[in-house]
Amino acid sequence: MHDVATQPRPAGTSATPLLEATGINKSFGPVHVLHDVDFAVYPGTVTALIGDNGAGKSTLIKCIAGIHSTDTGTLRFDGEDVAIGNPRDAFDLGIKVVYQDLALCDNLDIVQNMFLGREILRRGVLDEHAMEMSARQTLASLSVRTVKSVRQPVASLSGGQRQTVAIAKAVLGHSRLVVLDEPTAALGVAQTAQVLDLVRRLADSGVGVVIISHNMNDVLEVADRVCAMYLGRIAADLPKDAGMSRETLVELITSGRSGSFGLVDGIVE
Amino acid sequence: MTTTQDPKATDGPPAGASQALSDFSLDEQQNSLGDVFRASVMRLKSGDLGSVPAILAIVVLATIFGLARPDSFLSLLNFANFLDQASSVIVIAMAVTFVLLLGDIDLAAGFTAGVSGAVLATRLQDGWSLPLALLAAFGVAALLGLFTGFMVAKVGIPSFVVTLANVLLFQGILLLIVRDGGSVRINNDIINDVVGGTLTPAQSWIIALVGLALYGASQYRKYKLSYGAIPISLVWIRMGLAVVLVGTVTALLNQNRAFASAPLPITGMPIVIPAIAVLVVVLSFVLDRLRYGRFLYAVGGNREAARRAGINVTRVELSAFVCTALVAAIGGIFLASRVNSVDSNTGANDTLLLAVGAAVIGGTSLFGGRGRMINAVLGGLVLALIPNGLGLIGKTTLVGWDIDFSSSGVKFICSGLALLVASSVDAISRKRTA
Repeated sequence: MHDVATQPRPAGTSATPLLEATGINKSFGPVHVLHDVDFAVYPGTVTALIGDNGAGKSTLIKCIAGIHSTDTGTLRFDGEDVAIGNPRDAFDLGIKVVYQDLALCDNLDIVQNMFLGREILRRGVLDEHAMEMSARQTLASLSVRTVKSVRQPVASLSGGQRQTVAIAKAVLGHSRLVVLDEPTAALGVAQTAQVLDLVRRLADSGVGVVIISHNMNDVLEVADRVCAMYLGRIAADLPKDAGMSRETLVELITSGRSGSFGLVDGIVE
Repeated sequence: MTTTQDPKATDGPPAGASQALSDFSLDEQQNSLGDVFRASVMRLKSGDLGSVPAILAIVVLATIFGLARPDSFLSLLNFANFLDQASSVIVIAMAVTFVLLLGDIDLAAGFTAGVSGAVLATRLQDGWSLPLALLAAFGVAALLGLFTGFMVAKVGIPSFVVTLANVLLFQGILLLIVRDGGSVRINNDIINDVVGGTLTPAQSWIIALVGLALYGASQYRKYKLSYGAIPISLVWIRMGLAVVLVGTVTALLNQNRAFASAPLPITGMPIVIPAIAVLVVVLSFVLDRLRYGRFLYAVGGNREAARRAGINVTRVELSAFVCTALVAAIGGIFLASRVNSVDSNTGANDTLLLAVGAAVIGGTSLFGGRGRMINAVLGGLVLALIPNGLGLIGKTTLVGWDIDFSSSGVKFICSGLALLVASSVDAISRKRTA
């Protein structure tokens, strides 16, 4: 139906993709939101998903996270066909999504938030000590150095710290693929650096990371691959070293093509 | 050592922000008594007042009334009487704490108490055994709670509206049970002794010692689990204060407090003290140590976050109304026990407002997510002190004005003002911590 002009697969692609979505179509009533979308995430890499509002980024993510079902197309996880029918399926596979609004309880502390809904119990009673130790361990493994006490309520944390807690909550326990929806949208410069640093470390630990962002500087800084969506299609799927610049990315977002990259035939149907 | 807080060092939820370049330094730090004190001050400054205003209010009110009426207000008889007066409001305040934690309200909890009390009284009158009658009372309360919870959580009507309707609905049920204007006497000694009954002096000491031992054990457990965040000196100070307080109160209550002209002496601890203590411990355990309690706080803090964490928000909300109704039923027993009967006014009038007021004055938030059971006790004591003290002051000339402090008008105005002050503190501290 349409061609993706660039096919040089990124470095490290000899490995099987952690998640491979092929030919995904999704309509809401008469609105065809996703057109034959192919999307892959590799372990240990950061894939940036960019695109204008309404390009289909969120819908694609929600299909992966089990919130929406797909109309057609296959999802492969670790090289095996999987059906992700609900958020629980995605969670069990180790797919974790950190939404933009973070969804933390301000009145609970960091440990309580991280373990919310999967508290550790001992003889039917909350095992605070085990949860605290495990929370500290998870934060330490992410090299989080900005939290002085895991017992402070989330209300007292800065934006960057809250994002950190939300990410730590997502990766707590079994996690293979972490999707971050605009993790730096509300943050200042220093805190953005903090969070991007964390994203990098997360990928270095072998987790596949997808980051949705409107900030091209962030994308260029942290992503190993960039996936640009335009009107429900994948306009480009490029490794970082394919010579992209800020301008390339912006053109891909706004018109679906840029130089030799992007959709070849007309996009408007 | 830094002069910042360690939230672990205190019982309440910590607050106060800081962003330092150290990982978990506060969690691994060994605190001295000074650190803990500074941490508490920091927390207060950050707007998390907890139950401090209620404790201050108790001290201030007791001082004022004590100075104004040293003979009557400070008498042992009044002290015991005051505890009995406060008891039912305290229990119903603990009941509404469940729904307040979710940011909901139950305006009909007073009538839930009334209906349960009436069921108990009529069943006993019909010759049912006490366990069966209690089962019936709690069963009816659970049904009422289930009904309210269903309307709020499943149908989606705001709890304010549902329970406003329930005020009429439950009052109607109460009237039907006690048959319009009648009153049902209770002849069961066990029920009648809950409020107004006393332990023997020996029993009082045993209860006091058991209570102190349990308190000591729980403090020691907290100390062990804090790995140095709580200094051992703090444990000793708390334990020492508890021994002095409980010892003094028990010793005083074991003296005869009857009027000189009374035919029989009254000695021993009022039964409401251990009864309420047990309730506080059990319900606090539910809130602090059980998963269900954590869910209540989570739903009250951020409903959407709780839902995404896999918590069944609907079920939590529904069950909270059932918990409220069941504890309110215990409050109903207290109400009935105080006057040894149930009538159409049991749980009516200002009962509910005082209960919600007690919870809020104690530091439980009307906006959800913040509150503890002990708040209900402290707030309940404040709201019982006001009418008790004012009643004893009676008619006085104050700066040229003749005021009858024992009149209902003055009492209502003072209680209302206290509630307003408390909810202002709640709203303002919420702004500061948000």
